[in-house]
Amino acid sequence: MTRTARRTGRPMQVAALGVTALLALSACSSSDDSSSTDSGSSASASTSASDQLSGTVTVFAAASLKESFTTLGKEFEKAHPGTKVTFSFGGSDSLAASITGGAPADVFASASPKTMAIVTDAGDASGTPATFVRNQLEIATLPGNPDKIASLKDLTKSSLKVVLCDKTVPCGAAAQKALDASKLKLTPVSYEQDVKAALTKVELKEADAAVVYKTDVHAAGDKVEGVEFPESADAINDYPIVQLKDAQNTAAAKAFIALVQSAEGQKVLTEAGFLQP
Amino acid sequence: MTVPTDRSGAAADTIRGGLRRRRVRAQVRGVPLPLLVPALIGVAFLVVPLIALLVRAPWRSLPELLTSAEVWQALRLSLVCATAATAVSLVVGVPLAWLLARVEFPGRGLLRALVTLPLVLPPVVGGVALLMALGRNGIVGKTLDSWFGVTLPFTTAGVVVAEAFVAMPFLVISVEGTLRAADPRYEEAAATLGASRFTAFRRVTLPLIAPGIAAGAVLAWARALGEFGATITFAGNFPGRTQTMPLAVYLALQSDPEAAIALSLVLLAVSVAVLAGLRDRWMTAG
Repeated sequence: MTRTARRTGRPMQVAALGVTALLALSACSSSDDSSSTDSGSSASASTSASDQLSGTVTVFAAASLKESFTTLGKEFEKAHPGTKVTFSFGGSDSLAASITGGAPADVFASASPKTMAIVTDAGDASGTPATFVRNQLEIATLPGNPDKIASLKDLTKSSLKVVLCDKTVPCGAAAQKALDASKLKLTPVSYEQDVKAALTKVELKEADAAVVYKTDVHAAGDKVEGVEFPESADAINDYPIVQLKDAQNTAAAKAFIALVQSAEGQKVLTEAGFLQP
Repeated sequence: MTVPTDRSGAAADTIRGGLRRRRVRAQVRGVPLPLLVPALIGVAFLVVPLIALLVRAPWRSLPELLTSAEVWQALRLSLVCATAATAVSLVVGVPLAWLLARVEFPGRGLLRALVTLPLVLPPVVGGVALLMALGRNGIVGKTLDSWFGVTLPFTTAGVVVAEAFVAMPFLVISVEGTLRAADPRYEEAAATLGASRFTAFRRVTLPLIAPGIAAGAVLAWARALGEFGATITFAGNFPGRTQTMPLAVYLALQSDPEAAIALSLVLLAVSVAVLAGLRDRWMTAG
């Protein structure tokens, strides 16, 4: 009797586990699902009517902009009936690579001038990129900050499991800059491949702390607790935005960039934790 | 199976003549185009990327790229972890395969499906599942942590766990297939002569299925060597501790594609070396 119960119980547990895992994966893959959305812009191009906007505007934006840009996209569609904003969120470096590779997009907003330079150097931008927000680093700790982390120096305690972004990605480069500026030596347990992966390790309570962007801590809600540190002032990322040369819908692209830079757009972005330029 | 041997055999046969020559000629002339063309496309598809890797390799700066301590660290870690994962798979996987092949019990089909699930599961999902089970906060990992003070994520042992999770099904499937093909009457004969079931397994079955075990172990080892998704998700990425070659290749690709190509070449060389080293055993086993 008990034996049969146990036998059926175990596969169920395994199945439940699999479902959880699948959910987790689909949640994180949705941010960089680009190829399916960026093909519709070409058909609906209209440049003749300058005051009456219509058609689709395709925006490639850094993953950290996901929450705020989605909100702005809805506002844009409401203000200009007949338009549609499609986004492709992902790592700035891979987005830049796909733009130089010929991906059809109207606007590019990246998380660092370095990744923007990939696009401008290739001659794919129209005009000069403008910095529209800045992002600062913050320490993400477990909810309630059980390890009482109050400064960047606290992270160097050997009892703590700290994850950083890899030095090849912007958030890792920024964290290294802040550590170098304060002459601290920090040995993490892992160099994660992007900022969301670093944050996830804290959300899952596998790591005690991570150095991520302020906006990521904000977006994670109460799953992590943010700790500001003064050294982050030495490593602030500028976010540039630009209209692309091959834009199919230049009028709408210009209008979207204007919205991002407007007082209304800046309000949405600062609420998400971004700093004004 | 081996084309080169057949061709040299054909050359010898042309001189000698006879029945085999006719068969060989039929082989060459009788291949229908609808089969030959897709087959050649298939060959090109599989081989061209490897050639491209060689063509684009930064041969001049290669010695410098490959002598860095980081590369050797990653390569050594990869080899050690893949071998450890294969050992774990052998210790657990062979008995499991025997259970699936030789013991009748209800739910065997379901068990087999579950055991081989990591074969089709995206490795990243495997990594997440491992975190849920064996992470510091996982359903098993919590106990491991509080009772023994053992945490697996971010450790070399974690890499071995992740690789074994992904690679073991290859071994189980291979060994189970060999067991099913092996004649159970040998074991029955051993039993009638007074051997216990375990002795029969050790003295009769094991030598009988050794080629299958070897083939499965090679498959599992190769899979573990190339494992990326589960490793980076479960064990993280830290040079010398959890950064295996595939992780090093991926991260190098973001900043330094030339280094990534160089690292890929090392993995390619290791794979070719293993295939070449095992060729004889592999072919006779197949």
